[in-house]
Amino acid sequence: MPTFTREEIEHLGDLARIALTDDEITRLQGELNVIAESIAKVQEVAGEDVPPTANPVPLEAYLRPDVAERPLTQEEALAAAPATESGMFVAPRILGEE
Amino acid sequence: MADKLMKYADAVSKFDPVFGLEVHVELSTNTKLFCPAHIEFGGEPNSQLTPVSLGLPGSLPVVNKTAIDYAVKLGLALHCEIAEWSQFARKNYFYPDMPRDYQISQYDKPLNGNGYLDVELDDGEIFRVQIERAHVEDDAGKNTHVGGADGRIEGADHSLCDYNRAGVPLVEIVTKPVEGAGERAPEIAGAYVRAIRDIVKALNISHARMEQGNMRADVNVSLRRNEGDPLGTRSETKNVNTFKGIEKTMAYEIRRQAAILDAGGEILQETRHWDESSQSTAGGRVKSDADDYRYFPDPDLVMVHVTSDHIEELAKQMPEMPRERRARLKSEWGFSDLEMRDAVNADALDLIEATVQAGAKASGARKWWMGELSREANARDLTLAELPITPEDVAQVEALIAKGSLNDKLAKQTVSGVLAGEGTPEEVVSKHGYQVVSDDGALLAAIDEAFAANPDIVEKLKAGNMKPMGAIIGSVMKATHGQADAKAVRSIVSEKIASL
Repeated sequence: MPTFTREEIEHLGDLARIALTDDEITRLQGELNVIAESIAKVQEVAGEDVPPTANPVPLEAYLRPDVAERPLTQEEALAAAPATESGMFVAPRILGEE
Repeated sequence: MADKLMKYADAVSKFDPVFGLEVHVELSTNTKLFCPAHIEFGGEPNSQLTPVSLGLPGSLPVVNKTAIDYAVKLGLALHCEIAEWSQFARKNYFYPDMPRDYQISQYDKPLNGNGYLDVELDDGEIFRVQIERAHVEDDAGKNTHVGGADGRIEGADHSLCDYNRAGVPLVEIVTKPVEGAGERAPEIAGAYVRAIRDIVKALNISHARMEQGNMRADVNVSLRRNEGDPLGTRSETKNVNTFKGIEKTMAYEIRRQAAILDAGGEILQETRHWDESSQSTAGGRVKSDADDYRYFPDPDLVMVHVTSDHIEELAKQMPEMPRERRARLKSEWGFSDLEMRDAVNADALDLIEATVQAGAKASGARKWWMGELSREANARDLTLAELPITPEDVAQVEALIAKGSLNDKLAKQTVSGVLAGEGTPEEVVSKHGYQVVSDDGALLAAIDEAFAANPDIVEKLKAGNMKPMGAIIGSVMKATHGQADAKAVRSIVSEKIASL
Protein backbone atom coordinates (compact mmCIF):
# COMPACT_ATOMS: atom_id res chain seq x y z
CA MET A 1 0.00 0.00 0.00
CA PRO A 2 1.64 3.25 -1.18
CA THR A 3 2.04 5.89 1.45
CA PHE A 4 3.46 9.37 1.32
CA THR A 5 5.17 10.27 4.57
CA ARG A 6 4.83 13.75 6.03
CA GLU A 7 8.56 14.28 5.32
CA GLU A 8 8.11 13.47 1.63
CA ILE A 9 5.27 15.94 1.35
CA GLU A 10 7.30 18.62 3.07
CA HIS A 11 10.17 17.88 0.67
CA LEU A 12 7.84 18.22 -2.34
CA GLY A 13 6.60 21.49 -0.87
CA ASP A 14 10.19 22.73 -0.56
CA LEU A 15 10.95 21.79 -4.16
CA ALA A 16 7.89 23.71 -5.32
CA ARG A 17 8.74 26.65 -3.04
CA ILE A 18 5.41 26.25 -1.23
CA ALA A 19 5.29 26.67 2.53
CA LEU A 20 2.83 24.13 3.94
CA THR A 21 1.08 24.29 7.30
CA ASP A 22 0.67 21.12 9.38
CA ASP A 23 -3.02 20.98 8.44
CA GLU A 24 -2.19 21.27 4.76
CA ILE A 25 0.36 18.47 5.01
CA THR A 26 -2.25 16.23 6.65
CA ARG A 27 -4.81 17.04 3.94
CA LEU A 28 -2.29 16.54 1.07
CA GLN A 29 -1.09 13.30 2.61
CA GLY A 30 -4.63 11.92 2.42
CA GLU A 31 -5.22 13.18 -1.12
CA LEU A 32 -1.88 12.06 -2.53
CA ASN A 33 -2.26 8.62 -1.03
CA VAL A 34 -5.63 8.22 -2.75
CA ILE A 35 -3.99 9.18 -6.07
CA ALA A 36 -1.08 6.80 -5.48
CA GLU A 37 -3.49 3.95 -4.72
CA SER A 38 -5.40 4.61 -7.93
CA ILE A 39 -2.17 4.49 -9.91
CA ALA A 40 -1.24 1.24 -8.18
CA LYS A 41 -4.59 -0.25 -9.35
CA VAL A 42 -3.90 0.77 -12.94
CA GLN A 43 -0.45 -0.79 -12.71
CA GLU A 44 -2.02 -4.10 -11.65
CA VAL A 45 -4.04 -4.15 -14.87
CA ALA A 46 -1.17 -3.02 -17.13
CA GLY A 47 0.71 -6.24 -17.78
CA GLU A 48 3.75 -6.95 -19.92
CA ASP A 49 1.59 -6.92 -23.03
CA VAL A 50 0.53 -3.27 -22.59
CA PRO A 51 3.08 -0.83 -24.01
CA PRO A 52 3.79 2.21 -21.83
CA THR A 53 2.28 5.45 -23.10
CA ALA A 54 3.38 8.95 -22.29
CA ASN A 55 0.32 10.69 -23.58
CA PRO A 56 -3.26 9.48 -23.93
CA VAL A 57 -3.66 11.40 -27.19
CA PRO A 58 -2.73 9.31 -30.26
CA LEU A 59 -1.20 12.26 -32.10
CA GLU A 60 2.24 13.26 -33.25
CA ALA A 61 3.65 16.73 -32.81
CA TYR A 62 3.07 19.24 -35.59
CA LEU A 63 6.48 20.53 -36.67
CA ARG A 64 6.37 24.17 -37.71
CA PRO A 65 8.57 25.69 -40.43
CA ASP A 66 11.55 27.71 -39.16
CA VAL A 67 10.12 31.10 -40.13
CA ALA A 68 10.31 34.14 -37.86
CA GLU A 69 7.24 36.09 -36.86
CA ARG A 70 7.06 39.51 -35.28
CA PRO A 71 8.33 39.30 -31.71
CA LEU A 72 7.00 41.26 -28.76
CA THR A 73 8.53 44.70 -28.46
CA GLN A 74 10.78 45.20 -25.47
CA GLU A 75 8.06 47.37 -23.91
CA GLU A 76 5.44 44.66 -24.43
CA ALA A 77 7.78 41.99 -23.03
CA LEU A 78 8.49 44.01 -19.91
CA ALA A 79 4.94 45.31 -19.44
CA ALA A 80 4.05 42.92 -16.62
CA ALA A 81 7.41 43.01 -14.84
CA PRO A 82 7.31 44.25 -11.25
CA ALA A 83 10.62 46.03 -11.81
CA THR A 84 12.88 46.68 -14.81
CA GLU A 85 16.31 48.17 -15.39
CA SER A 86 18.11 48.80 -18.71
CA GLY A 87 15.53 46.82 -20.66
CA MET A 88 15.82 43.82 -18.37
CA PHE A 89 13.72 42.16 -15.72
CA VAL A 90 14.96 42.77 -12.19
CA ALA A 91 15.21 39.61 -10.08
CA PRO A 92 15.81 39.80 -6.34
CA ARG A 93 19.16 38.67 -4.99
CA ILE A 94 19.73 35.03 -5.98
CA LEU A 95 22.27 33.97 -3.35
CA GLY A 96 21.88 34.95 0.24
CA GLU A 97 19.42 32.49 1.70
CA GLU A 98 22.20 29.99 2.36
CA MET B 1 41.36 28.35 0.24
CA ALA B 2 43.81 26.92 -2.23
CA ASP B 3 43.37 23.24 -3.05
CA LYS B 4 46.14 20.76 -2.34
CA LEU B 5 47.28 19.33 -5.65
CA MET B 6 49.26 16.22 -6.46
CA LYS B 7 51.77 16.38 -9.31
CA TYR B 8 49.97 15.33 -12.50
CA ALA B 9 52.38 12.50 -13.30
CA ASP B 10 52.01 11.07 -9.79
CA ALA B 11 48.23 11.46 -9.83
CA VAL B 12 47.81 9.46 -13.03
CA SER B 13 50.27 6.79 -11.92
CA LYS B 14 48.43 6.27 -8.62
CA PHE B 15 44.88 6.65 -9.93
CA ASP B 16 42.83 5.80 -13.00
CA PRO B 17 40.82 8.81 -14.19
CA VAL B 18 37.34 8.31 -15.63
CA PHE B 19 35.53 11.22 -17.21
CA GLY B 20 32.29 12.19 -18.83
CA LEU B 21 31.42 15.22 -20.93
CA GLU B 22 28.13 16.95 -21.52
CA VAL B 23 28.55 19.21 -24.52
CA HIS B 24 25.85 21.77 -25.28
CA VAL B 25 25.61 22.93 -28.88
CA GLU B 26 23.33 25.83 -29.81
CA LEU B 27 21.69 25.21 -33.17
CA SER B 28 21.79 28.00 -35.73
CA THR B 29 18.10 27.96 -36.65
CA ASN B 30 16.34 31.19 -37.58
CA THR B 31 13.89 30.86 -34.75
CA LYS B 32 13.62 29.35 -31.29
CA LEU B 33 12.84 25.73 -30.52
CA PHE B 34 9.25 26.26 -29.45
CA CYS B 35 8.26 29.65 -30.85
CA PRO B 36 8.87 31.79 -33.96
CA ALA B 37 11.02 34.44 -32.23
CA HIS B 38 14.00 35.33 -34.43
CA ILE B 39 17.40 34.49 -32.90
CA GLU B 40 20.21 37.01 -33.16
CA PHE B 41 23.40 37.33 -31.13
CA GLY B 42 23.87 40.66 -29.42
CA GLY B 43 20.41 42.18 -29.94
CA GLU B 44 18.74 44.60 -27.54
CA PRO B 45 17.84 42.76 -24.32
CA ASN B 46 14.40 41.17 -24.28
CA SER B 47 13.72 42.06 -27.92
CA GLN B 48 13.55 38.48 -29.27
CA LEU B 49 10.65 37.15 -27.28
CA THR B 50 7.20 35.79 -27.80
CA PRO B 51 4.70 34.88 -25.08
CA VAL B 52 6.08 31.31 -25.34
CA SER B 53 9.70 32.27 -24.62
CA LEU B 54 8.46 34.30 -21.66
CA GLY B 55 6.39 31.39 -20.37
CA LEU B 56 3.26 33.52 -20.22
CA PRO B 57 0.14 31.69 -19.06
CA GLY B 58 -1.84 30.17 -21.90
CA SER B 59 1.04 30.18 -24.39
CA LEU B 60 1.77 26.84 -26.04
CA PRO B 61 5.04 25.51 -27.51
CA VAL B 62 5.20 24.33 -31.14
CA VAL B 63 8.31 22.39 -32.21
CA ASN B 64 10.65 23.88 -34.85
CA LYS B 65 11.07 21.34 -37.67
CA THR B 66 14.52 22.60 -38.67
CA ALA B 67 15.80 22.15 -35.11
CA ILE B 68 14.72 18.51 -35.19
CA ASP B 69 16.32 18.00 -38.62
CA TYR B 70 19.59 19.55 -37.43
CA ALA B 71 19.57 17.36 -34.32
CA VAL B 72 18.97 14.23 -36.42
CA LYS B 73 21.93 15.15 -38.64
CA LEU B 74 24.11 15.54 -35.57
CA GLY B 75 22.85 12.19 -34.30
CA LEU B 76 23.77 10.59 -37.63
CA ALA B 77 27.25 12.14 -37.54
CA LEU B 78 27.72 10.69 -34.04
CA HIS B 79 26.60 7.23 -35.22
CA CYS B 80 23.57 7.34 -32.95
CA GLU B 81 20.39 5.33 -33.16
CA ILE B 82 17.76 7.88 -34.15
CA ALA B 83 14.45 7.39 -32.33
CA GLU B 84 11.48 7.58 -34.66
CA TRP B 85 9.42 8.59 -31.64
CA SER B 86 10.92 10.92 -29.10
CA GLN B 87 9.46 13.03 -26.40
CA PHE B 88 9.91 16.33 -24.60
CA ALA B 89 9.85 16.41 -20.82
CA ARG B 90 9.78 19.16 -18.24
CA LYS B 91 12.83 19.57 -16.05
CA ASN B 92 11.64 21.57 -13.07
CA TYR B 93 13.85 24.08 -11.29
CA PHE B 94 13.61 27.55 -9.88
CA TYR B 95 16.16 29.98 -11.16
CA PRO B 96 15.56 33.36 -12.77
CA ASP B 97 17.29 32.37 -16.04
CA MET B 98 14.16 30.45 -17.11
CA PRO B 99 10.90 32.34 -16.90
CA ARG B 100 8.80 29.16 -17.13
CA ASP B 101 10.45 27.63 -14.05
CA TYR B 102 11.09 24.51 -16.08
CA GLN B 103 13.30 23.70 -19.01
CA ILE B 104 11.80 21.67 -21.84
CA SER B 105 14.26 18.86 -22.44
CA GLN B 106 14.14 15.17 -23.25
CA TYR B 107 14.40 12.52 -20.58
CA ASP B 108 13.65 8.84 -21.12
CA LYS B 109 12.88 9.12 -24.83
CA PRO B 110 15.68 11.21 -26.36
CA LEU B 111 15.96 11.76 -30.11
CA ASN B 112 19.46 10.25 -30.39
CA GLY B 113 20.98 7.45 -28.34
CA ASN B 114 23.89 5.01 -28.29
CA GLY B 115 26.46 6.54 -30.56
CA TYR B 116 30.18 7.02 -30.68
CA LEU B 117 32.81 9.38 -32.01
CA ASP B 118 36.32 8.40 -33.08
CA VAL B 119 38.65 11.15 -31.96
CA GLU B 120 42.02 11.65 -33.61
CA LEU B 121 44.78 12.74 -31.25
CA ASP B 122 47.81 14.82 -32.17
CA ASP B 123 50.00 11.76 -32.71
CA GLY B 124 47.43 10.20 -35.02
CA GLU B 125 46.11 7.71 -32.46
CA ILE B 126 42.34 7.15 -32.61
CA PHE B 127 40.34 7.00 -29.38
CA ARG B 128 36.68 5.99 -29.48
CA VAL B 129 34.35 7.92 -27.16
CA GLN B 130 31.02 6.22 -26.55
CA ILE B 131 27.97 8.47 -26.59
CA GLU B 132 25.01 7.83 -24.34
CA ARG B 133 22.56 10.26 -25.91
CA ALA B 134 22.23 13.52 -27.82
CA HIS B 135 18.94 15.09 -26.90
CA VAL B 136 17.15 18.32 -27.78
CA GLU B 137 16.29 21.02 -25.25
CA ASP B 138 15.89 24.77 -25.01
CA ASP B 139 18.51 27.17 -23.69
CA ALA B 140 18.07 29.45 -20.69
CA GLY B 141 18.30 33.24 -20.60
CA LYS B 142 21.20 35.29 -19.28
CA ASN B 143 21.52 36.89 -15.87
CA THR B 144 23.69 39.86 -15.05
CA HIS B 145 24.49 40.27 -11.37
CA VAL B 146 24.51 43.83 -10.10
CA GLY B 147 25.99 45.36 -6.98
CA GLY B 148 28.70 42.80 -6.18
CA ALA B 149 32.36 42.67 -7.12
CA ASP B 150 33.26 41.84 -10.78
CA GLY B 151 29.68 40.96 -11.68
CA ARG B 152 29.79 37.91 -9.46
CA ILE B 153 26.66 36.38 -8.08
CA GLU B 154 28.20 36.33 -4.60
CA GLY B 155 27.48 39.60 -2.87
CA ALA B 156 25.26 40.84 -5.70
CA ASP B 157 22.40 43.05 -4.72
CA HIS B 158 20.06 41.97 -7.50
CA SER B 159 20.18 40.37 -10.93
CA LEU B 160 19.00 41.51 -14.36
CA CYS B 161 17.40 39.00 -16.72
CA ASP B 162 17.62 39.04 -20.51
CA TYR B 163 15.56 36.23 -22.02
CA ASN B 164 16.67 36.59 -25.65
CA ARG B 165 18.58 33.33 -25.39
CA ALA B 166 15.77 31.55 -23.58
CA GLY B 167 14.30 29.03 -25.99
CA VAL B 168 17.25 28.81 -28.41
CA PRO B 169 17.50 25.15 -29.47
CA LEU B 170 20.34 23.13 -27.98
CA VAL B 171 21.55 19.62 -28.46
CA GLU B 172 23.16 18.18 -25.36
CA ILE B 173 25.61 15.40 -26.18
CA VAL B 174 26.29 13.15 -23.20
CA THR B 175 29.14 10.64 -23.25
CA LYS B 176 29.17 7.35 -21.43
CA PRO B 177 31.88 7.23 -18.75
CA VAL B 178 35.13 7.37 -20.70
CA GLU B 179 37.49 4.71 -19.35
CA GLY B 180 40.98 3.72 -20.36
CA ALA B 181 42.11 7.25 -21.21
CA GLY B 182 44.75 7.23 -18.47
CA GLU B 183 47.14 10.14 -18.51
CA ARG B 184 45.79 11.29 -21.86
CA ALA B 185 42.34 12.06 -20.40
CA PRO B 186 42.63 15.88 -20.71
CA GLU B 187 43.99 15.63 -24.26
CA ILE B 188 41.21 13.24 -25.30
CA ALA B 189 38.56 15.49 -23.77
CA GLY B 190 39.90 18.52 -25.65
CA ALA B 191 40.17 16.62 -28.92
CA TYR B 192 36.64 15.25 -28.49
CA VAL B 193 35.08 18.68 -28.06
CA ARG B 194 37.13 20.04 -30.99
CA ALA B 195 35.90 17.14 -33.11
CA ILE B 196 32.31 17.99 -32.20
CA ARG B 197 32.94 21.63 -33.08
CA ASP B 198 34.32 20.58 -36.48
CA ILE B 199 31.34 18.29 -37.11
CA VAL B 200 28.67 20.88 -36.30
CA LYS B 201 30.52 23.38 -38.50
CA ALA B 202 30.71 20.86 -41.36
CA LEU B 203 26.99 20.14 -40.94
CA ASN B 204 26.35 23.89 -40.81
CA ILE B 205 23.96 23.47 -37.89
CA SER B 206 25.65 25.77 -35.35
CA HIS B 207 27.78 28.90 -35.36
CA ALA B 208 29.95 26.88 -32.96
CA ARG B 209 31.64 29.94 -31.53
CA MET B 210 32.80 29.00 -28.06
CA GLU B 211 33.42 32.63 -27.10
CA GLN B 212 29.79 33.47 -27.78
CA GLY B 213 28.58 30.53 -25.77
CA ASN B 214 27.32 28.56 -28.81
CA MET B 215 29.19 25.59 -27.36
CA ARG B 216 29.98 24.81 -23.75
CA ALA B 217 30.81 21.70 -21.79
CA ASP B 218 30.23 20.23 -18.36
CA VAL B 219 33.27 18.21 -17.33
CA ASN B 220 32.77 15.26 -14.96
CA VAL B 221 35.82 13.61 -13.45
CA SER B 222 36.31 10.81 -10.95
CA LEU B 223 39.29 8.73 -9.89
CA ARG B 224 39.68 5.13 -8.83
CA ARG B 225 42.70 3.17 -7.65
CA ASN B 226 42.69 0.59 -10.42
CA GLU B 227 41.14 0.14 -13.81
CA GLY B 228 38.10 -2.08 -13.37
CA ASP B 229 37.29 -0.81 -9.87
CA PRO B 230 33.82 0.64 -9.38
CA LEU B 231 33.60 4.32 -10.38
CA GLY B 232 34.61 6.85 -7.74
CA THR B 233 32.63 9.90 -6.65
CA ARG B 234 32.74 12.55 -9.36
CA SER B 235 32.89 16.30 -9.47
CA GLU B 236 31.01 18.17 -12.17
CA THR B 237 32.56 21.38 -13.49
CA LYS B 238 29.89 23.40 -15.29
CA ASN B 239 29.88 25.52 -18.42
CA VAL B 240 33.52 25.44 -19.42
CA ASN B 241 33.64 27.37 -22.68
CA THR B 242 37.15 27.09 -24.09
CA PHE B 243 39.00 24.02 -25.38
CA LYS B 244 42.00 24.83 -23.22
CA GLY B 245 39.70 25.35 -20.24
CA ILE B 246 38.26 21.86 -20.73
CA GLU B 247 41.73 20.31 -20.76
CA LYS B 248 42.90 22.35 -17.79
CA THR B 249 39.75 21.64 -15.79
CA MET B 250 40.26 17.94 -16.19
CA ALA B 251 43.97 18.02 -15.33
CA TYR B 252 43.23 20.19 -12.30
CA GLU B 253 40.45 17.93 -11.04
CA ILE B 254 42.65 14.85 -11.45
CA ARG B 255 45.38 16.53 -9.38
CA ARG B 256 42.96 17.87 -6.74
CA GLN B 257 41.06 14.63 -6.28
CA ALA B 258 44.26 12.56 -6.21
CA ALA B 259 45.62 14.69 -3.34
CA ILE B 260 42.39 14.24 -1.34
CA LEU B 261 42.11 10.49 -1.96
CA ASP B 262 45.80 9.91 -1.31
CA ALA B 263 45.45 11.60 2.09
CA GLY B 264 42.55 9.27 2.89
CA GLY B 265 39.86 11.88 2.26
CA GLU B 266 36.59 11.63 0.35
CA ILE B 267 35.45 13.45 -2.76
CA LEU B 268 32.33 15.54 -2.37
CA GLN B 269 29.79 15.08 -5.14
CA GLU B 270 29.45 18.71 -6.09
CA THR B 271 29.26 21.13 -8.98
CA ARG B 272 32.32 23.28 -9.52
CA HIS B 273 33.32 26.16 -11.79
CA TRP B 274 36.48 26.71 -13.81
CA ASP B 275 38.02 30.06 -12.96
CA GLU B 276 40.29 31.23 -15.77
CA SER B 277 41.99 33.95 -13.71
CA SER B 278 43.14 31.62 -10.92
CA GLN B 279 43.50 28.59 -13.27
CA SER B 280 41.61 26.44 -10.81
CA THR B 281 38.16 25.01 -10.18
CA ALA B 282 36.11 26.33 -7.29
CA GLY B 283 33.47 24.45 -5.37
CA GLY B 284 29.85 25.38 -5.89
CA ARG B 285 26.86 23.80 -4.32
CA VAL B 286 26.85 20.25 -3.03
CA LYS B 287 24.55 18.06 -5.06
CA SER B 288 21.38 17.56 -3.10
CA ASP B 289 17.67 17.92 -3.62
CA ALA B 290 18.40 20.96 -5.77
CA ASP B 291 18.87 18.34 -8.49
CA ASP B 292 15.51 16.72 -7.85
CA TYR B 293 14.19 17.89 -11.20
CA ARG B 294 10.97 15.84 -11.19
CA TYR B 295 11.06 15.19 -14.93
CA PHE B 296 7.73 14.33 -16.50
CA PRO B 297 6.41 14.28 -20.08
CA ASP B 298 5.46 17.81 -21.11
CA PRO B 299 1.67 17.71 -21.36
CA ASP B 300 1.76 20.59 -23.86
CA LEU B 301 3.74 18.55 -26.38
CA VAL B 302 2.82 15.23 -27.95
CA MET B 303 5.51 12.90 -29.24
CA VAL B 304 7.80 13.92 -32.07
CA HIS B 305 7.69 11.50 -35.00
CA VAL B 306 10.63 11.34 -37.40
CA THR B 307 9.91 8.71 -40.04
CA SER B 308 12.60 6.34 -41.23
CA ASP B 309 12.11 7.74 -44.74
CA HIS B 310 12.87 11.23 -43.47
CA ILE B 311 15.94 10.02 -41.58
CA GLU B 312 17.16 8.41 -44.79
CA GLU B 313 16.56 11.63 -46.68
CA LEU B 314 18.62 13.56 -44.12
CA ALA B 315 21.34 10.92 -44.25
CA LYS B 316 21.65 11.59 -47.99
CA GLN B 317 22.29 15.28 -47.30
CA MET B 318 25.22 14.57 -44.97
CA PRO B 319 28.46 16.22 -46.08
CA GLU B 320 31.84 14.55 -45.82
CA MET B 321 32.85 14.42 -42.13
CA PRO B 322 35.88 16.45 -40.98
CA ARG B 323 38.16 13.50 -40.16
CA GLU B 324 37.56 11.84 -43.54
CA ARG B 325 37.95 15.16 -45.31
CA ARG B 326 41.29 15.79 -43.61
CA ALA B 327 42.59 12.39 -44.59
CA ARG B 328 41.52 12.98 -48.20
CA LEU B 329 42.99 16.48 -48.43
CA LYS B 330 46.23 15.39 -46.78
CA SER B 331 46.79 12.76 -49.42
CA GLU B 332 45.61 14.98 -52.31
CA TRP B 333 47.89 17.79 -51.21
CA GLY B 334 50.83 15.60 -50.21
CA PHE B 335 51.19 17.34 -46.84
CA SER B 336 53.23 15.83 -44.01
CA ASP B 337 51.51 15.04 -40.68
CA LEU B 338 53.00 18.17 -39.20
CA GLU B 339 52.03 20.43 -42.12
CA MET B 340 48.49 19.08 -41.98
CA ARG B 341 48.16 19.52 -38.22
CA ASP B 342 49.45 23.09 -38.42
CA ALA B 343 46.97 23.89 -41.17
CA VAL B 344 44.12 22.38 -39.14
CA ASN B 345 45.10 24.24 -35.99
CA ALA B 346 45.37 27.49 -37.91
CA ASP B 347 41.86 26.90 -39.29
CA ALA B 348 43.38 27.16 -42.77
CA LEU B 349 41.94 24.05 -44.48
CA ASP B 350 39.01 25.82 -46.11
CA LEU B 351 41.26 28.65 -47.28
CA ILE B 352 43.93 26.34 -48.70
CA GLU B 353 41.25 24.24 -50.38
CA ALA B 354 39.64 27.29 -51.96
CA THR B 355 43.05 28.55 -53.10
CA VAL B 356 43.77 25.19 -54.72
CA GLN B 357 40.34 25.24 -56.35
CA ALA B 358 41.19 28.67 -57.73
CA GLY B 359 44.13 27.11 -59.54
CA ALA B 360 47.10 27.26 -57.15
CA LYS B 361 49.31 24.32 -56.19
CA ALA B 362 48.70 23.03 -52.66
CA SER B 363 52.30 23.69 -51.65
CA GLY B 364 52.06 27.28 -52.85
CA ALA B 365 48.72 27.84 -51.13
CA ARG B 366 50.10 26.40 -47.89
CA LYS B 367 53.22 28.58 -48.11
CA TRP B 368 51.15 31.79 -48.23
CA TRP B 369 48.46 30.94 -45.69
CA MET B 370 50.77 29.34 -43.15
CA GLY B 371 53.65 31.79 -43.67
CA GLU B 372 53.27 35.43 -44.64
CA LEU B 373 49.51 35.56 -44.08
CA SER B 374 49.63 33.79 -40.69
CA ARG B 375 52.18 36.37 -39.56
CA GLU B 376 49.95 39.18 -40.83
CA ALA B 377 46.90 37.70 -39.10
CA ASN B 378 48.81 37.40 -35.83
CA ALA B 379 50.09 40.95 -36.05
CA ARG B 380 46.59 42.24 -36.68
CA ASP B 381 44.97 39.94 -34.13
CA LEU B 382 42.64 38.53 -36.81
CA THR B 383 41.84 35.03 -37.95
CA LEU B 384 43.17 34.05 -41.37
CA ALA B 385 39.68 34.17 -42.81
CA GLU B 386 39.24 37.72 -41.53
CA LEU B 387 42.26 39.03 -43.46
CA PRO B 388 41.26 41.26 -46.36
CA ILE B 389 42.60 38.83 -48.96
CA THR B 390 40.71 36.02 -50.68
CA PRO B 391 41.86 32.56 -51.76
CA GLU B 392 41.32 33.78 -55.35
CA ASP B 393 43.79 36.64 -54.71
CA VAL B 394 46.37 34.21 -53.38
CA ALA B 395 45.87 31.93 -56.38
CA GLN B 396 46.32 34.92 -58.69
CA VAL B 397 49.64 35.81 -57.02
CA GLU B 398 50.77 32.20 -57.43
CA ALA B 399 49.77 32.30 -61.10
CA LEU B 400 51.82 35.49 -61.62
CA ILE B 401 54.83 33.80 -60.01
CA ALA B 402 54.39 30.73 -62.20
CA LYS B 403 54.22 32.92 -65.31
CA GLY B 404 57.49 34.55 -64.30
CA SER B 405 55.87 37.98 -63.92
CA LEU B 406 56.65 38.18 -60.20
CA ASN B 407 59.60 37.00 -58.16
CA ASP B 408 59.31 36.21 -54.43
CA LYS B 409 60.04 39.73 -53.33
CA LEU B 410 57.56 41.33 -55.71
CA ALA B 411 54.97 38.70 -54.82
CA LYS B 412 55.24 39.68 -51.15
CA GLN B 413 54.90 43.35 -52.05
CA THR B 414 51.85 42.50 -54.15
CA VAL B 415 50.25 40.62 -51.25
CA SER B 416 50.98 43.58 -48.97
CA GLY B 417 49.22 45.80 -51.47
CA VAL B 418 46.16 43.54 -51.51
CA LEU B 419 46.11 43.52 -47.70
CA ALA B 420 46.35 47.31 -47.73
CA GLY B 421 43.17 47.45 -49.80
CA GLU B 422 44.80 48.44 -53.11
CA GLY B 423 42.76 45.92 -55.09
CA THR B 424 43.30 42.54 -56.66
CA PRO B 425 46.88 41.30 -57.21
CA GLU B 426 46.73 42.29 -60.89
CA GLU B 427 45.54 45.76 -59.96
CA VAL B 428 48.33 46.11 -57.38
CA VAL B 429 50.90 44.92 -59.90
CA SER B 430 49.81 47.39 -62.56
CA LYS B 431 49.42 50.25 -60.07
CA HIS B 432 53.03 49.92 -58.86
CA GLY B 433 54.42 48.69 -62.15
CA TYR B 434 55.74 45.54 -60.48
CA GLN B 435 57.33 43.48 -63.21
CA VAL B 436 60.23 41.10 -63.22
CA VAL B 437 62.80 42.61 -65.58
CA SER B 438 63.55 39.86 -68.03
CA ASP B 439 64.12 42.21 -70.92
CA ASP B 440 67.69 41.37 -71.84
CA GLY B 441 68.54 44.91 -72.98
CA ALA B 442 67.75 46.48 -69.61
CA LEU B 443 69.45 43.61 -67.79
CA LEU B 444 72.56 43.76 -69.94
CA ALA B 445 72.88 47.48 -69.32
CA ALA B 446 72.62 46.96 -65.55
CA ILE B 447 75.15 44.14 -65.68
CA ASP B 448 77.61 46.20 -67.73
CA GLU B 449 77.29 48.95 -65.12
CA ALA B 450 77.94 46.48 -62.32
CA PHE B 451 81.01 45.12 -64.13
CA ALA B 452 82.38 48.65 -64.66
CA ALA B 453 81.87 49.51 -61.01
CA ASN B 454 83.54 46.34 -59.70
CA PRO B 455 86.61 45.57 -61.83
CA ASP B 456 88.31 43.62 -59.00
CA ILE B 457 85.34 41.25 -58.73
CA VAL B 458 85.28 40.77 -62.48
CA GLU B 459 88.96 39.76 -62.34
CA LYS B 460 88.22 37.16 -59.65
CA LEU B 461 85.32 35.77 -61.64
CA LYS B 462 87.49 35.55 -64.73
CA ALA B 463 90.06 33.64 -62.67
CA GLY B 464 87.36 31.08 -61.85
CA ASN B 465 86.59 32.24 -58.29
CA MET B 466 82.77 32.36 -58.41
CA LYS B 467 82.29 33.37 -54.76
CA PRO B 468 81.86 37.12 -55.35
CA MET B 469 79.12 36.48 -57.98
CA GLY B 470 76.53 37.44 -55.31
CA ALA B 471 77.86 40.97 -55.13
CA ILE B 472 77.33 41.48 -58.86
CA ILE B 473 73.82 39.99 -58.76
CA GLY B 474 73.09 42.16 -55.71
CA SER B 475 74.02 45.37 -57.45
CA VAL B 476 72.03 44.37 -60.54
CA MET B 477 68.97 43.69 -58.38
CA LYS B 478 69.46 47.04 -56.70
CA ALA B 479 69.76 48.84 -60.01
CA THR B 480 66.54 47.23 -61.24
CA HIS B 481 64.70 47.93 -57.96
CA GLY B 482 64.40 44.25 -57.19
CA GLN B 483 62.49 43.60 -60.37
CA ALA B 484 65.11 41.47 -62.07
CA ASP B 485 64.86 37.72 -62.21
CA ALA B 486 67.89 36.65 -60.15
CA LYS B 487 68.24 33.40 -62.08
CA ALA B 488 68.35 35.19 -65.41
CA VAL B 489 70.96 37.63 -64.04
CA ARG B 490 73.15 34.73 -62.86
CA SER B 491 73.08 32.99 -66.22
CA ILE B 492 73.80 36.15 -68.20
CA VAL B 493 76.71 37.06 -65.88
CA SER B 494 78.14 33.55 -66.25
CA GLU B 495 77.89 33.73 -70.04
CA LYS B 496 79.52 37.16 -70.15
CA ILE B 497 82.43 36.08 -67.91
CA ALA B 498 82.98 33.00 -70.06
CA SER B 499 83.18 35.16 -73.20
CA LEU B 500 85.62 37.72 -71.74
